Amino acid sequence: MSTRIINFFESTGLSWLAPFVKLITGDNRGQQLNIIFKSLGIPLVAFALFLFFWDLSASRVNTSLGTLPGPTQVMEQAQGLVVEHNAEKEKEEAFYERQEKRNAAKLAKNPEAKVKWRNYNGRATYVDQIWTSLYTVFTGFLLASFIAIPIGIVCGLNQTVYSALDPLIQIFKPVSPLAWLPIVTMVVSAVYVSDDPMFAKSFVTSAITVTLCCLWPTLINTAVGVGSIDKDLINVSLVLRLSWFQKLTKVVLPSSIPMIFTGLRLSLGVGWMVLIAAEMLAQNPGLGKFVWDEFQNGSSNSLGRIMVAVLTIGFIGFILDRLMLTLQRRVSWDKSAILK
Amino acid sequence: MSSSYLSIEQVSIEFPTPKGPFKALDEVDLRIDKGEFISLIGHSGCGKSTVLNIVAGLYEATSGGVILDGKEVSEPGPERSVVFQNHSLLPWLTCYENVKLAVDTVFTKTMNRRERHDWIMHNLDLVHMTHAARKRPSEISGGMKQRIGIARALSMKPKVLLMDEPFGALDALTRSHLQDSLMEIQADLNNTVIMITHDVDEAVLLSDRIVMMTNGPEATVGEILNIELPRPRHRLALADDPTYNHYRAQVLSFLHERHSKPEAA
Repeated sequence: MSTRIINFFESTGLSWLAPFVKLITGDNRGQQLNIIFKSLGIPLVAFALFLFFWDLSASRVNTSLGTLPGPTQVMEQAQGLVVEHNAEKEKEEAFYERQEKRNAAKLAKNPEAKVKWRNYNGRATYVDQIWTSLYTVFTGFLLASFIAIPIGIVCGLNQTVYSALDPLIQIFKPVSPLAWLPIVTMVVSAVYVSDDPMFAKSFVTSAITVTLCCLWPTLINTAVGVGSIDKDLINVSLVLRLSWFQKLTKVVLPSSIPMIFTGLRLSLGVGWMVLIAAEMLAQNPGLGKFVWDEFQNGSSNSLGRIMVAVLTIGFIGFILDRLMLTLQRRVSWDKSAILK
Repeated sequence: MSSSYLSIEQVSIEFPTPKGPFKALDEVDLRIDKGEFISLIGHSGCGKSTVLNIVAGLYEATSGGVILDGKEVSEPGPERSVVFQNHSLLPWLTCYENVKLAVDTVFTKTMNRRERHDWIMHNLDLVHMTHAARKRPSEISGGMKQRIGIARALSMKPKVLLMDEPFGALDALTRSHLQDSLMEIQADLNNTVIMITHDVDEAVLLSDRIVMMTNGPEATVGEILNIELPRPRHRLALADDPTYNHYRAQVLSFLHERHSKPEAA
């Protein structure tokens, strides 16, 4: 049991939790405590120092919105945001409850009556913004992966296709997707027209912007991974007369999986960063909009709230990367490779 | 024109380079009988591997051609299976799965699942590797990997087995173990084999004939030496055998006196 838990932690990059399991199950306590101190104690001390210097320096910076918030103020704001969220959710529930009661009463009076159902249109809370951003980044990222991996494979297998696409890739890769944002916005407004749209336009715009920056790392890494397959392995597939599809699934894909995942990880990281900026710039719902709104709001709480958002963005980015790392470890055949 | 099992006829090959075509092989001519074990020996860069790749169908001869069992070779195929120098096992598959990939591809129609499993295990057994069936290539030694490579090649029931310096990357002891294993298998199956080597002892010990190649470019068959040592052969007994040493001396004098590498380093 404990080995299984430890293996799980190691595969998810949470190997620092493993000594705790060992400590609880009781093998060699002194040694485990030592490991815990090294793997956890030192980072914790460093973190405490960071908080200390933050607190010390923040109170010395005066802005038009008051001094910069220190750790305590930020903590207060974070709690405030959670309270706000809960209050909003309660309001929403109450709204639906009232509506149901009203409709039920109406139907009881006259079963033929037409009942109207209205959705609650409350303010998006901080937690809602987080979910919106996550949903958007994954949509954009998945869309990019579905485009980039197949093209990358074709580029890796076929030198002609690669030479044809290489200039395009090299030119578009360094472009900040934010430069695309106005064009994407205009194109989406012009093309995505429907009376009952499945997605909001702002969502589509943000997602496509994320897609535009997620494409390149995946595409290039896939092409390189596929292109660098051992020549002998290709010869093996020739000698075995594997069909095109078999060659793809038995040789090409497994062999390039590590590189493909390196690309995917980079893509998701870049996508998350770009999404926040895009949301700020385009006023599309999400964490970026939250930051921008708070900035425009300019209350004495704003800086603290923005700081909460900054930390949330960092933390989510970290979790996303761990998620990809875990997935990469899971699918990679080369267990000896050190993935960080 | 010829009735031999495998004939390499007037094979020449040119590779295009920016400085014009580079002629690697010039009219290589060789007839091989069924069940014969042939070694190709020569200095590195003399085109031994090119000959093998042409027989395998991985390269196409510029002129001349290869006929195996009455059919001209035009593309790679499992009836001419190759043991590559660096084993070329798929690292994400277990040893069993590596052989299985070959067996499943070649015998999909002719064997059922049970028979295929038995055939895979039989081939692993031939190279004494059943114990590592569930291991991945990264978990076994270089010699073991090469054994699996041989099992995979044999499992395709090839008409001719092509070995590209199969033991070149192994240490001397492992190499001699594998040579003994190969002789055992050869005594059982009596395959037709072409093996590339630059190890004189290996060539004399294993072969029925040694084909010595001249230096490239425009390399060709220099001399052919018949090794008429009785089988089974034992390396210890042969170490003092005058005939064995005579053969060795002949190969050595070809390589180092008559055709020593001009820019030998």
